[in-house]
Amino acid sequence: MGSDALFYVFGAIAIAASLLVIAQRNPIYSVLLLITSFGALSGLYVLLDAPFVAVIQIIVYAGAIMVLFLFVVMLLNAPHEETPYDERVHPLLREGPTRFGGALALALVAELVWALTRRSGSGAFAGASASSVSAIGRSLFTDYGLAFEVTSVLILVAMVGAVVLARRDPVSRDRTAAGGDR
Amino acid sequence: MPTLNSYLVLSAILFSIGAAGVFLRRNLITILLSIEIMLNAVNLTFVAFGRALGSADGQIIVFFVMTVAAAEAAVGLAIVIGLFRHRESLNPDSFTSLRW
Repeated sequence: MGSDALFYVFGAIAIAASLLVIAQRNPIYSVLLLITSFGALSGLYVLLDAPFVAVIQIIVYAGAIMVLFLFVVMLLNAPHEETPYDERVHPLLREGPTRFGGALALALVAELVWALTRRSGSGAFAGASASSVSAIGRSLFTDYGLAFEVTSVLILVAMVGAVVLARRDPVSRDRTAAGGDR
Repeated sequence: MPTLNSYLVLSAILFSIGAAGVFLRRNLITILLSIEIMLNAVNLTFVAFGRALGSADGQIIVFFVMTVAAAEAAVGLAIVIGLFRHRESLNPDSFTSLRW
Protein backbone atom coordinates (compact mmCIF):
# COMPACT_ATOMS: atom_id res chain seq x y z
CA MET A 1 0.00 0.00 0.00
CA GLY A 2 1.25 3.46 -0.87
CA SER A 3 -0.07 5.15 2.24
CA ASP A 4 1.56 2.50 4.40
CA ALA A 5 5.00 3.30 3.01
CA LEU A 6 4.31 7.03 3.21
CA PHE A 7 3.45 6.73 6.90
CA TYR A 8 6.81 5.13 7.66
CA VAL A 9 8.71 7.60 5.48
CA PHE A 10 7.09 10.66 7.07
CA GLY A 11 7.36 9.17 10.56
CA ALA A 12 11.05 8.41 10.10
CA ILE A 13 11.70 11.93 8.80
CA ALA A 14 9.82 13.47 11.75
CA ILE A 15 11.68 11.37 14.35
CA ALA A 16 15.11 11.87 12.76
CA ALA A 17 14.62 15.63 12.38
CA SER A 18 13.35 15.97 15.96
CA LEU A 19 16.32 14.02 17.30
CA LEU A 20 18.68 16.26 15.34
CA VAL A 21 16.88 19.35 16.70
CA ILE A 22 17.90 18.53 20.25
CA ALA A 23 21.36 17.34 19.17
CA GLN A 24 22.47 20.51 17.39
CA ARG A 25 24.80 22.99 19.02
CA ASN A 26 23.75 25.90 16.81
CA PRO A 27 20.11 27.00 17.32
CA ILE A 28 19.76 28.04 13.66
CA TYR A 29 20.23 24.43 12.55
CA SER A 30 17.74 23.38 15.23
CA VAL A 31 15.10 25.75 13.87
CA LEU A 32 15.64 24.64 10.26
CA LEU A 33 15.47 20.96 11.24
CA LEU A 34 12.28 21.59 13.18
CA ILE A 35 10.74 23.06 10.01
CA THR A 36 11.66 19.78 8.28
CA SER A 37 9.95 17.86 11.07
CA PHE A 38 6.84 20.01 10.70
CA GLY A 39 6.75 19.31 6.98
CA ALA A 40 6.80 15.56 7.67
CA LEU A 41 4.03 15.97 10.24
CA SER A 42 2.00 17.88 7.65
CA GLY A 43 2.31 14.86 5.36
CA LEU A 44 1.05 12.65 8.18
CA TYR A 45 -1.96 14.94 8.58
CA VAL A 46 -2.72 14.50 4.87
CA LEU A 47 -2.58 10.72 5.39
CA LEU A 48 -5.06 11.16 8.25
CA ASP A 49 -7.57 12.91 5.93
CA ALA A 50 -7.02 16.24 7.66
CA PRO A 51 -6.04 18.66 4.86
CA PHE A 52 -7.05 21.74 6.89
CA VAL A 53 -4.63 20.87 9.70
CA ALA A 54 -1.92 19.99 7.17
CA VAL A 55 -2.19 23.40 5.52
CA ILE A 56 -2.27 25.44 8.73
CA GLN A 57 0.65 23.35 10.01
CA ILE A 58 2.70 24.66 7.10
CA ILE A 59 1.33 28.21 7.09
CA VAL A 60 1.12 28.92 10.82
CA TYR A 61 3.82 26.71 12.29
CA ALA A 62 6.51 26.50 9.63
CA GLY A 63 5.64 29.86 8.15
CA ALA A 64 4.97 32.13 11.11
CA ILE A 65 6.15 30.64 14.40
CA MET A 66 9.41 29.23 13.07
CA VAL A 67 10.20 32.49 11.28
CA LEU A 68 9.72 34.22 14.66
CA PHE A 69 12.17 31.75 16.24
CA LEU A 70 14.66 32.25 13.42
CA PHE A 71 14.38 36.02 13.78
CA VAL A 72 15.10 35.85 17.51
CA VAL A 73 18.05 33.48 17.02
CA MET A 74 19.60 35.83 14.49
CA LEU A 75 18.77 38.91 16.59
CA LEU A 76 20.47 37.55 19.70
CA ASN A 77 23.44 36.21 17.71
CA ALA A 78 24.44 33.79 20.48
CA PRO A 79 25.03 30.50 18.71
CA HIS A 80 26.92 28.64 21.42
CA GLU A 81 25.84 27.48 24.84
CA GLU A 82 27.72 28.81 27.82
CA THR A 83 28.14 26.09 30.39
CA PRO A 84 30.64 25.35 33.13
CA TYR A 85 31.41 22.13 31.24
CA ASP A 86 34.01 21.53 28.60
CA GLU A 87 32.96 23.20 25.36
CA ARG A 88 34.42 20.42 23.23
CA VAL A 89 32.14 17.81 24.76
CA HIS A 90 28.83 17.50 22.98
CA PRO A 91 25.95 18.95 25.08
CA LEU A 92 24.06 15.64 25.16
CA LEU A 93 27.08 13.72 26.46
CA ARG A 94 28.03 15.79 29.50
CA GLU A 95 28.15 14.52 33.04
CA GLY A 96 26.08 15.52 35.98
CA PRO A 97 22.48 16.76 35.84
CA THR A 98 22.09 15.72 32.21
CA ARG A 99 22.23 12.10 33.33
CA PHE A 100 19.25 12.80 35.57
CA GLY A 101 17.42 14.43 32.66
CA GLY A 102 18.11 11.43 30.46
CA ALA A 103 16.80 9.09 33.16
CA LEU A 104 13.60 11.14 33.42
CA ALA A 105 13.10 11.03 29.65
CA LEU A 106 13.64 7.23 29.64
CA ALA A 107 11.10 6.88 32.46
CA LEU A 108 8.62 8.85 30.34
CA VAL A 109 9.27 6.52 27.38
CA ALA A 110 8.70 3.47 29.61
CA GLU A 111 5.43 4.87 30.93
CA LEU A 112 4.17 5.72 27.43
CA VAL A 113 5.08 2.26 26.10
CA TRP A 114 3.31 0.68 29.08
CA ALA A 115 0.20 2.79 28.48
CA LEU A 116 0.15 2.03 24.75
CA THR A 117 0.59 -1.72 25.12
CA ARG A 118 -2.30 -1.88 27.59
CA ARG A 119 -4.63 -0.37 25.01
CA SER A 120 -7.01 -3.01 23.70
CA GLY A 121 -8.20 -3.32 20.13
CA SER A 122 -6.32 -3.05 16.88
CA GLY A 123 -7.28 0.61 16.37
CA ALA A 124 -7.99 0.35 12.66
CA PHE A 125 -9.56 3.49 11.28
CA ALA A 126 -13.24 3.53 10.41
CA GLY A 127 -14.17 4.09 6.79
CA ALA A 128 -15.62 7.57 6.71
CA SER A 129 -14.00 10.74 7.96
CA ALA A 130 -16.07 13.83 8.74
CA SER A 131 -13.31 16.34 8.21
CA SER A 132 -14.13 18.56 5.27
CA VAL A 133 -12.96 22.13 5.66
CA SER A 134 -16.53 23.45 5.46
CA ALA A 135 -17.62 21.17 8.31
CA ILE A 136 -14.68 22.37 10.42
CA GLY A 137 -15.47 26.01 9.68
CA ARG A 138 -19.14 25.58 10.48
CA SER A 139 -18.36 23.87 13.77
CA LEU A 140 -15.69 26.45 14.60
CA PHE A 141 -18.07 29.38 14.27
CA THR A 142 -21.13 27.76 15.87
CA ASP A 143 -20.28 25.17 18.53
CA TYR A 144 -16.90 26.68 19.35
CA GLY A 145 -17.82 30.32 18.75
CA LEU A 146 -17.06 31.47 22.27
CA ALA A 147 -13.70 29.69 22.33
CA PHE A 148 -12.86 31.26 18.97
CA GLU A 149 -13.55 34.76 20.27
CA VAL A 150 -11.59 34.11 23.46
CA THR A 151 -8.71 32.97 21.24
CA SER A 152 -8.68 36.35 19.52
CA VAL A 153 -8.47 38.05 22.92
CA LEU A 154 -5.59 35.72 23.80
CA ILE A 155 -3.73 36.71 20.64
CA LEU A 156 -4.24 40.39 21.49
CA VAL A 157 -2.95 39.88 25.04
CA ALA A 158 0.07 37.95 23.76
CA MET A 159 0.86 40.69 21.23
CA VAL A 160 0.68 43.45 23.85
CA GLY A 161 2.68 41.33 26.31
CA ALA A 162 5.40 40.59 23.78
CA VAL A 163 5.74 44.28 22.89
CA VAL A 164 5.93 45.28 26.56
CA LEU A 165 8.41 42.54 27.48
CA ALA A 166 10.77 43.08 24.55
CA ARG A 167 10.77 46.88 24.85
CA ARG A 168 13.89 48.53 26.10
CA ASP A 169 13.24 49.95 29.54
CA PRO A 170 14.13 53.69 29.39
CA VAL A 171 14.93 53.83 33.12
CA SER A 172 17.47 51.02 33.08
CA ARG A 173 19.00 52.34 29.86
CA ASP A 174 19.65 55.70 31.51
CA ARG A 175 21.19 53.94 34.46
CA THR A 176 23.41 51.93 32.15
CA ALA A 177 24.41 55.05 30.24
CA ALA A 178 25.31 56.76 33.52
CA GLY A 179 27.94 54.09 34.12
CA GLY A 180 26.16 52.06 36.78
CA ASP A 181 26.30 48.32 36.94
CA ARG A 182 23.49 46.44 35.27
CA MET B 1 -2.55 0.16 6.71
CA PRO B 2 -1.16 2.15 9.64
CA THR B 3 -3.61 1.95 12.50
CA LEU B 4 -4.40 4.32 15.33
CA ASN B 5 -1.80 2.56 17.45
CA SER B 6 0.92 3.37 14.90
CA TYR B 7 0.15 7.06 15.14
CA LEU B 8 0.00 6.91 18.94
CA VAL B 9 3.42 5.24 19.09
CA LEU B 10 4.88 7.82 16.72
CA SER B 11 3.37 10.61 18.81
CA ALA B 12 4.77 9.09 22.01
CA ILE B 13 8.24 8.92 20.47
CA LEU B 14 8.07 12.56 19.38
CA PHE B 15 6.81 13.66 22.80
CA SER B 16 9.66 11.80 24.52
CA ILE B 17 12.19 13.46 22.21
CA GLY B 18 10.77 16.84 23.15
CA ALA B 19 10.81 16.03 26.86
CA ALA B 20 14.40 14.81 26.60
CA GLY B 21 15.32 18.07 24.90
CA VAL B 22 13.81 20.10 27.74
CA PHE B 23 15.62 17.97 30.31
CA LEU B 24 18.99 17.77 28.59
CA ARG B 25 19.65 21.05 26.81
CA ARG B 26 20.81 24.22 28.52
CA ASN B 27 19.84 26.75 25.87
CA LEU B 28 16.60 28.69 26.25
CA ILE B 29 15.82 28.72 22.51
CA THR B 30 16.41 24.98 22.15
CA ILE B 31 14.17 24.38 25.18
CA LEU B 32 11.39 26.40 23.51
CA LEU B 33 11.90 24.36 20.31
CA SER B 34 11.58 21.15 22.34
CA ILE B 35 8.29 22.43 23.74
CA GLU B 36 7.11 22.96 20.16
CA ILE B 37 8.03 19.32 19.38
CA MET B 38 5.89 18.17 22.32
CA LEU B 39 2.95 20.35 21.22
CA ASN B 40 3.15 18.84 17.75
CA ALA B 41 3.19 15.31 19.15
CA VAL B 42 -0.01 16.09 21.02
CA ASN B 43 -1.52 17.61 17.86
CA LEU B 44 -0.80 14.37 16.01
CA THR B 45 -2.60 12.45 18.75
CA PHE B 46 -5.63 14.74 18.48
CA VAL B 47 -5.86 14.36 14.70
CA ALA B 48 -5.39 10.58 14.87
CA PHE B 49 -8.12 10.17 17.48
CA GLY B 50 -10.42 12.50 15.54
CA ARG B 51 -9.88 10.36 12.44
CA ALA B 52 -10.52 7.15 14.41
CA LEU B 53 -13.72 8.51 15.95
CA GLY B 54 -14.95 10.06 12.70
CA SER B 55 -15.24 13.50 14.28
CA ALA B 56 -13.98 16.94 13.29
CA ASP B 57 -13.49 18.01 16.90
CA GLY B 58 -9.90 16.75 16.99
CA GLN B 59 -8.89 19.11 14.20
CA ILE B 60 -10.66 22.03 15.87
CA ILE B 61 -8.74 21.41 19.09
CA VAL B 62 -5.54 21.34 17.02
CA PHE B 63 -6.50 24.77 15.70
CA PHE B 64 -6.76 26.10 19.25
CA VAL B 65 -3.53 24.39 20.31
CA MET B 66 -1.71 26.07 17.43
CA THR B 67 -3.12 29.46 18.46
CA VAL B 68 -1.97 29.00 22.05
CA ALA B 69 1.42 27.80 20.78
CA ALA B 70 1.79 30.97 18.71
CA ALA B 71 0.96 33.13 21.74
CA GLU B 72 3.36 31.10 23.90
CA ALA B 73 6.16 31.45 21.36
CA ALA B 74 5.67 35.21 21.06
CA VAL B 75 5.66 35.85 24.82
CA GLY B 76 8.41 33.28 25.51
CA LEU B 77 10.74 34.73 22.90
CA ALA B 78 10.10 38.25 24.23
CA ILE B 79 11.12 37.01 27.69
CA VAL B 80 14.22 35.38 26.17
CA ILE B 81 15.18 38.67 24.53
CA GLY B 82 14.74 40.49 27.85
CA LEU B 83 16.82 37.94 29.73
CA PHE B 84 19.56 38.02 27.12
CA ARG B 85 19.76 41.82 27.41
CA HIS B 86 20.39 41.51 31.13
CA ARG B 87 22.95 38.71 31.23
CA GLU B 88 24.26 38.26 27.66
CA SER B 89 23.59 34.56 28.08
CA LEU B 90 20.99 31.99 27.09
CA ASN B 91 21.87 29.46 29.76
CA PRO B 92 18.97 29.11 32.24
CA ASP B 93 21.49 28.35 35.00
CA SER B 94 22.63 31.98 34.89
CA PHE B 95 19.18 33.30 35.82
CA THR B 96 19.04 32.24 39.45
CA SER B 97 18.66 35.53 41.31
CA LEU B 98 15.29 37.21 41.83
CA ARG B 99 16.67 40.69 41.21
CA TRP B 100 19.88 42.17 39.89
